[in-house]
Amino acid sequence: MEEASDQQAHVHPPPEGFLRKYVFSLDHKVIGKQYYALGLLAVCIGMALSWLMRFHLVWPTTRIPGLELLSKAGAPGGIITPEYYLSLLTMHGTLMVFFVLTNAPFAAFGNYFLPIQIGAEDMAFPRFNMMSFWTTLVAFLVLILAFIIPDGPPISGWTSYAPLSAVGKDAGPGMGWGMNLWAISIAIFCIGSLLGALNFIATTLDLRAKGMTLMRMPICTWAWFITSCIALLAFAVLLPACILLLLDRAAGTSFFIPSGLVVSDRLQAHSGGSPLLWQHLFWFFGHPEVYIAILPSMGIVSHILINSMRKPLLSARVIIYSMMSIGFLSWMVWGHHMFVSGMNPFSSLLFSFPTLTITIPATIMTLIWLGSLYGANIRINAASLFALGFISMFVSGGVSGFFLAQPSIDIVLHATYFVVGHFHMVMGVASLFGVFAGTYFWFSKMTGRMMNQTLGQLHFWLTFIGTYCIFMPFHYLGLVGNVRRYSSFVDDFMGPLMPLHKFITIAALGTGAAQLIFIFNLIYSRYKGVPAPENPWNGTTLEWSIPSPPPWNNFGGKHPIIYHDPYQYDVKGLKGDYIMQDSPEPSAG
Amino acid sequence: MSSTSYESVRKPPPALGVSKASSARVAKVLYGAGEASRSGIWVGIFAITMSFAAFTSALFVRQGSSADWAHIALPAILYGNTLALLLSSATLQRARRAILAVAATESHAVRQGLGWLMATLALGFVFIGGQYQAWRQLAAQGLYLATNPNSSFYYVLTAMHGLHVLAGIAALVFVMSRFASRHAALRRSTFEATATYWHFMGVLWLYVLLVLRTKL
Repeated sequence: MEEASDQQAHVHPPPEGFLRKYVFSLDHKVIGKQYYALGLLAVCIGMALSWLMRFHLVWPTTRIPGLELLSKAGAPGGIITPEYYLSLLTMHGTLMVFFVLTNAPFAAFGNYFLPIQIGAEDMAFPRFNMMSFWTTLVAFLVLILAFIIPDGPPISGWTSYAPLSAVGKDAGPGMGWGMNLWAISIAIFCIGSLLGALNFIATTLDLRAKGMTLMRMPICTWAWFITSCIALLAFAVLLPACILLLLDRAAGTSFFIPSGLVVSDRLQAHSGGSPLLWQHLFWFFGHPEVYIAILPSMGIVSHILINSMRKPLLSARVIIYSMMSIGFLSWMVWGHHMFVSGMNPFSSLLFSFPTLTITIPATIMTLIWLGSLYGANIRINAASLFALGFISMFVSGGVSGFFLAQPSIDIVLHATYFVVGHFHMVMGVASLFGVFAGTYFWFSKMTGRMMNQTLGQLHFWLTFIGTYCIFMPFHYLGLVGNVRRYSSFVDDFMGPLMPLHKFITIAALGTGAAQLIFIFNLIYSRYKGVPAPENPWNGTTLEWSIPSPPPWNNFGGKHPIIYHDPYQYDVKGLKGDYIMQDSPEPSAG
Repeated sequence: MSSTSYESVRKPPPALGVSKASSARVAKVLYGAGEASRSGIWVGIFAITMSFAAFTSALFVRQGSSADWAHIALPAILYGNTLALLLSSATLQRARRAILAVAATESHAVRQGLGWLMATLALGFVFIGGQYQAWRQLAAQGLYLATNPNSSFYYVLTAMHGLHVLAGIAALVFVMSRFASRHAALRRSTFEATATYWHFMGVLWLYVLLVLRTKL
């Protein structure tokens, strides 16, 4: 009996040795940091790729020194070829969507804080957790390998539409082994994400501390939980799609390649496949993926806003129910990516309706945030600024979604910069603002030191203004018909748009440079920051009840008991205007 | 310093069928810690179901949208394989009953449980061998992966199901080695999760067979 209860109290023994502690760690906190580091690396590469693209767009004949070292064929003399532009674009999208927007807000912060916030010692399956990170890292390395092989990275965009992606090297440079590596990488990524999602769900269901009912979980825990439910189903569909794609490429099957297809003057030896099938499978994953990227940031931002306002939201429950309905509706809207695919126009109408419906819970959440902010005496710091910036980005980027959801308008705007601007703001930048907010908020817990506030606020203003300067003009470009994925523009009707393109490029380079402040701040504060107390923000949730950084088993081998809802602010507590979740003092209702 | 209060020790859940008098070895084997694997395995089953739903919808779209679909005759051995897999679920249930019964504290019951597990494992191998034989029969007819869309889906679906069965076999071997070992402990929930997964393999196979037999 002794042995058994001992086994239960410690999910795993304290780690010993460098490898177990920092590399092949079973500790969810170390794994969370590993995910964060991977996301940071991926975002740096992805951003550098976007600089190359922006630079080439406005100075197509200017040499970029050193670029021929990366690819002799793709950038002869340092000038990007149209095909290589597409390669950069594919890698930018793939890195950002999979390795940044899925990893950072969900896998990194979720891994670190979900077990702590529910009062658990670790994830339900620590070994699976370690495997999920290392699988993801392998996926990353396989993808990056595409830069090194002679074939180069694929050119089919992050959506890899068939039949272009399925026919092999006839489809262009990078479509031989480069494309194979892409499909293998994404298949591996799916496995890693499935393991992670399974772990998140089982942990949330089974390892909650005594008194931690589902409705007492913090909003961000809810967001990670809902996200993991979405991820479990979404990646379970993308994995079969990648397997079928690889078979079409390597084994001569015809799942996605139609009969009589001639590519590069060669008749492809396939018959009867359906290119639309790939789009259906891909977007059945792809649209929920958008919510995998944004829901965790919504949760993190709500969590931080409440803390900064020092009062509860108008309704935390409605936020949770809204996130649930977004998660549910996300399965019915994938066809809105396919309005111009040749799909039956009646299906377009059918997909348009739930797409417009999904804006309702999103709007409800926004109104709750804004309504709660009304009259609030908000503490201004880097974390709360980025949380406010998230709302701004989410609204500005989300509004264009109303237009794109209508098939008749989308036919005009499809594949223009309007769409690019829309998803970069609402999914890319908004989600990253959530990550920045989370970083400034939780850095103290993760490292035991405070992040520098001055640098943090400077970083916020430069990034906030910069991203608006980059992505707002995208909408205007799209409205006048500027198509996406072109590497340069001849002097036709788009000639007058070049000054705007130049402005965007300069803004992109500047905003990118501003991120160096963030990276400097991360490194500087990690070593020279002011030591952080246990609860620097006077927070109420469990992560603030343990030392910064937490010990390897989070709660020192004990099990907290939960007495309160997560956000007891604006009350008379023993320590101030808040009562912690695990404090037995009565709630001053 | 902190007003945090803790429950010093979490109450262990009751361990079924283990009395104080039972031998230390069996108590270790059967102790009911780590309930998370129970929901974990159901979450996993959900994800696998979703994957096969994706394959199925691809199959129906592909079958309905093109003229080159040629129905292949399923090898008869598949029905024998089905029988083997269903039987293995029955033997696994017998093993479960023997192991989880109060009588399992006695060593002959442990041996009996191990015997039934051995039978389950053997039937699992019979199934895998039979599936391989079915592939060879199709190949002998000149039906390969890329021959026509129906044969493509046949190979993909059976291979995917087979891979999952192999994972189940690995889990069974793990459970048996832990169970037979004098020193290693086996959580009861791990055993139950393995059993649930194995039964699911049977259900999944029936589904795959139904999909493969369906002609639109």
